[in-house]
Amino acid sequence: MKFYIPQDTTALACGAEAAAHALQAAGIEPVRNGSRGMFWLEPLLEVDTDAGRIGFGPVSSKDIPSILDALEADASSHDLYLGQVEQIDYLASQQRLTYARAGLGDPVCLDNYQALNGFKGLKTALAMTGQQIVDQVKDSGLRGRGGAAFPAGIKWQTVHDAGGSAAADKEPCQKYIVCNADEGDSGTFADRLVMESDPYQLIEGMAIAGLAVGATQGYIYLRSEYPVAHKLLDIAIERAEAANFLGDNIQGSGKAFHLEVRLGAGAYICGEETSLLESLEGKRGMVRAKPPLPAIEGLFGKPTVVNNVLTLAAISTILEQGAETYQNFGMGRSRGTLAIQLAGNIKRGGLIELAFGVTLREVVEEYGQGTYSGRPIRAIQVGGPLGAFLPESQWDTPMDYEAFAAIKAMIGHGGIVVFDDTADMAAQARFAMEFCVVESCGKCTPCRIGSVRGVEVIDRIVANENRENNLILLHELCDTMEMGSLCAMGGMTPFPVRSALAHFPSDFTGQGRGDN
Amino acid sequence: METSAQNIADISHLVTQYQAVPGGLLPLLHAIQGELGYVPESTVPAIATGLNLSRAEVHGVISFYHDFKTHSVGRNTVQICRAEACQSMGSRQLEAHAKQALGIDYHETTADGSITLEPVYCLGNCACSPSVRINDDIVARVDAARFDELVAKLGASQ
Repeated sequence: MKFYIPQDTTALACGAEAAAHALQAAGIEPVRNGSRGMFWLEPLLEVDTDAGRIGFGPVSSKDIPSILDALEADASSHDLYLGQVEQIDYLASQQRLTYARAGLGDPVCLDNYQALNGFKGLKTALAMTGQQIVDQVKDSGLRGRGGAAFPAGIKWQTVHDAGGSAAADKEPCQKYIVCNADEGDSGTFADRLVMESDPYQLIEGMAIAGLAVGATQGYIYLRSEYPVAHKLLDIAIERAEAANFLGDNIQGSGKAFHLEVRLGAGAYICGEETSLLESLEGKRGMVRAKPPLPAIEGLFGKPTVVNNVLTLAAISTILEQGAETYQNFGMGRSRGTLAIQLAGNIKRGGLIELAFGVTLREVVEEYGQGTYSGRPIRAIQVGGPLGAFLPESQWDTPMDYEAFAAIKAMIGHGGIVVFDDTADMAAQARFAMEFCVVESCGKCTPCRIGSVRGVEVIDRIVANENRENNLILLHELCDTMEMGSLCAMGGMTPFPVRSALAHFPSDFTGQGRGDN
Repeated sequence: METSAQNIADISHLVTQYQAVPGGLLPLLHAIQGELGYVPESTVPAIATGLNLSRAEVHGVISFYHDFKTHSVGRNTVQICRAEACQSMGSRQLEAHAKQALGIDYHETTADGSITLEPVYCLGNCACSPSVRINDDIVARVDAARFDELVAKLGASQ
């Protein structure tokens, strides 16, 4: 029998290390796999038996002896017995492409990755021209998963064409692939799960991107809040280099791609692509004005693809299974699958990969099974700290970029944070402004000063000081921030504020949480 | 108090190491902080000279990022997540408890030099909130009692 205990952040945070030690004390060396993303079951102990791969969870070190006893007799008699892990409805009903391998084995085992179709996409790409790869990405309909949902193929085409074939007599233009792994939105962990459960998939996607646009150097800009992902990525890159999936001569093709992890330093704004590039250059993470687009003048002034972790991870699937297969998932202009991250006050939080189009209510009620506290849900914030708070009347919106935009909300990076009925939405609106105060890069006034004034005005409204006029002032301030800010930080901070005001006005009367 | 000559000597090998790295300032600052626990003001001239930057540029970068400290911190850093997912599970109460239990505010260090308390905005553990990071370990579902337990353990390990 083979035993598995995950080594991802959430499993470790829930006590996976102690459970692993308890197994070792019983003479069993568990495989340290990645998480499947069913975080409410972590630490999830999996056991490969004659009856398939069965699970127990959430386990603590104290449970290990009784589980080992139960395995000798009747495993299903144990209280924490979950049956076959892949039959658990939460997992079985998903459409996993990006996370197909997550949790199956040791995430940094190269043999394991290859046995599960890993690096097939890269091998396909090695036989293609850059333009053919770019065309595949265009055909797949893939849109950037970082939040802005820009078509990935178009961005790649721009970088592919930049530096000019007309300049054939000159040195080839240096280009870069930059992976945005500064996953700072609260309620999101999809990037982390890829990096911790299947890091080679990201490495493969970046190498393919390099081949497509003619870039020989890649950087993964990783937030410093992710120490586990950092450790695993470094190991994976080292092993991929040793096996010639990275380096000067990838698989003997004569094509080169080098990859390095660069650590952020605790600045939310560095998730904004131009600020990220400044940071990678060793500067303050100040947002750049666009144009020029990073695709034309990006890192160190050179043409640069900046894509989110999930976008680049999807590339290996697209090259392996074909653009058409990927394109067959989804609805409207939102193609492929969406990594939904269910978080906050929720009973069954975790990673849910589904084709676009599932409604918010289905996710929260069917997958999530309601709040952790057992109280009614009051508000749901989708898309991170810059996303709107949605009241129940909007929960039937399908998760699709355009459908969300139509209700002045955004899917963003796919994070869903659930609040129960004790949440004070005026306090949440104030926090949205406060967060902008702390994290604004300071380059533009509406964001830097507007957020400070926003906190003050909300305080005055809640204190019933000149209420009507201050409400008008707050709306005008939101207008200024939305229209006058350089990037989404100042431009979208009003979204949570305005939605809280519109849907939960009685919270702003100074009586604390109201009754709407 | 450390002398500045000592600090410059302490980091010269790191400056040499990152001098030729493109965009090497952030990795260098991380490396210095990894060795010394913070980036002393007195190291700025050596960093600036080594990387061919002005002292103002180096200072600007150090002060921009929340991670970089310019004064010594406690033997342990305890970060409490203040982001929305953790708030939905009671992190506001947790931070109030932590400040009261430790007798310090954010960005301060306990009198015995054991713990520096910091806010953090998301540790990516949002399905099992509230989250706390103690040095490089992230802990899930931390309430007041669990927080006290974790802090007591830090005291015992010294």
